[in-house]
Amino acid sequence: MTVERVELSAELAGGEGRAGSADVAEYALWLGDDALILSQQLGAWIARAPELEEDVALANIALDLLGQARMLLTRAGEIQGTDEDTLAYLRDAAEFRNVRLAEIDCGPGPGGDFGTTIARLLVFSTWRLALLDALTGSADPVLAAVAAKGVKEVAYHRDHAAQWALRLAGGTEFSRSRMIAGLDKVWPLTDELFTPHPVELRLAGVAVDPSTLRSEVDSVLDTVLGAADLARPDVPQSPGAGRDGVHTDELGPLLAEMQQVARALPGAVW
Amino acid sequence: MSARQVAESVLDPELPVLTLADLGVLREVSEDGGRVVVTITPTYSGCPALDEMRADLHTKLTEAGYADVEIRTALRPAWTTDWISEDGLRKLADHGIAPPQRIGPRAVGPIPLNLAPPVRRVACPRCGSARTTELSRFGSTACKALRRCEDCREPFEQIKEF
Repeated sequence: MTVERVELSAELAGGEGRAGSADVAEYALWLGDDALILSQQLGAWIARAPELEEDVALANIALDLLGQARMLLTRAGEIQGTDEDTLAYLRDAAEFRNVRLAEIDCGPGPGGDFGTTIARLLVFSTWRLALLDALTGSADPVLAAVAAKGVKEVAYHRDHAAQWALRLAGGTEFSRSRMIAGLDKVWPLTDELFTPHPVELRLAGVAVDPSTLRSEVDSVLDTVLGAADLARPDVPQSPGAGRDGVHTDELGPLLAEMQQVARALPGAVW
Repeated sequence: MSARQVAESVLDPELPVLTLADLGVLREVSEDGGRVVVTITPTYSGCPALDEMRADLHTKLTEAGYADVEIRTALRPAWTTDWISEDGLRKLADHGIAPPQRIGPRAVGPIPLNLAPPVRRVACPRCGSARTTELSRFGSTACKALRRCEDCREPFEQIKEF
């Protein structure tokens, strides 16, 4: 089988944003990297989730994110003179621009468990949904189009995570303790989601200033935590900035796995 | 057959009871001299069937004698299950897949958070009972949810509203 190139010509035809700028490429890369890296993390759950339906659910969520990533990396690549595969498979960790919340190891395995994964998905999807919803009004035709599709998908992801958070918090003492531990693990990476970067501020009208999303995201998370009778974690924030390529040690091993075939067999097709 | 008729008759690779026209992903077919341009839209961003649809359209149009065929993909406006034709809804039900309900345009304001699966009266495509429950919002393909009938106890798939 072959996977065709993602084609964005219809979005670009006659659009004034056709050429794009270096900043637009950088911003598309950020949002693409967020989706690509979380997609890879979620894929690790396939055949290891607590029930078969959940294998399927996490795989579907990962697939939606992968689709969003492909379009966004294609957009970045068109402006930068490269392509989605080169961007996904041939960059090193310091060249990735995803938020660190997407890359940390939340299991399966020593990095976490299903509760940690749900906690991350809840925070990530709530934030990404607010971001994409705001981005539907972007002056960039591709960003606006990708966002309009993504909003519908990520709304389902957020509901899924919220419903599991309630189920785990309201289940047994053990499941509740895992949900609390999961929130404690991911919460130190939340401030980073709302810290504006000079690129976003330069792209007024095209990009979303993430600081404007905080009240909506907080309100949704408070609703879920309230319904689950969970407290907002009281943990210090972790300094760092994935948008500047400053990542955790957990991104390297993820990339090693994701990129190994492409790097071992350059130009391979199947 | 016109290029439009050919394109409209191509079947969806994942739901082969529907044509691409039934599914609502076929957005435009234009014929100019010998040149045919078909525009389709993906259902979900990651829909793996999109490449198959493009290839199938290309093959069928070539077989029908159109030598110069271009298939374009447009993301906007974003596909919705409301674009599935009435015929399509009926064909789905006839084949044991519960069709989606019409959802209309999105309401203004924040996207509602659902802390429980939304209550929808989805009839069992096997016995017709309205007593069915959602087992999982995510099914064998991106566009399907998995439900179970509480009367005949059979699981079944539903195209989820999108």
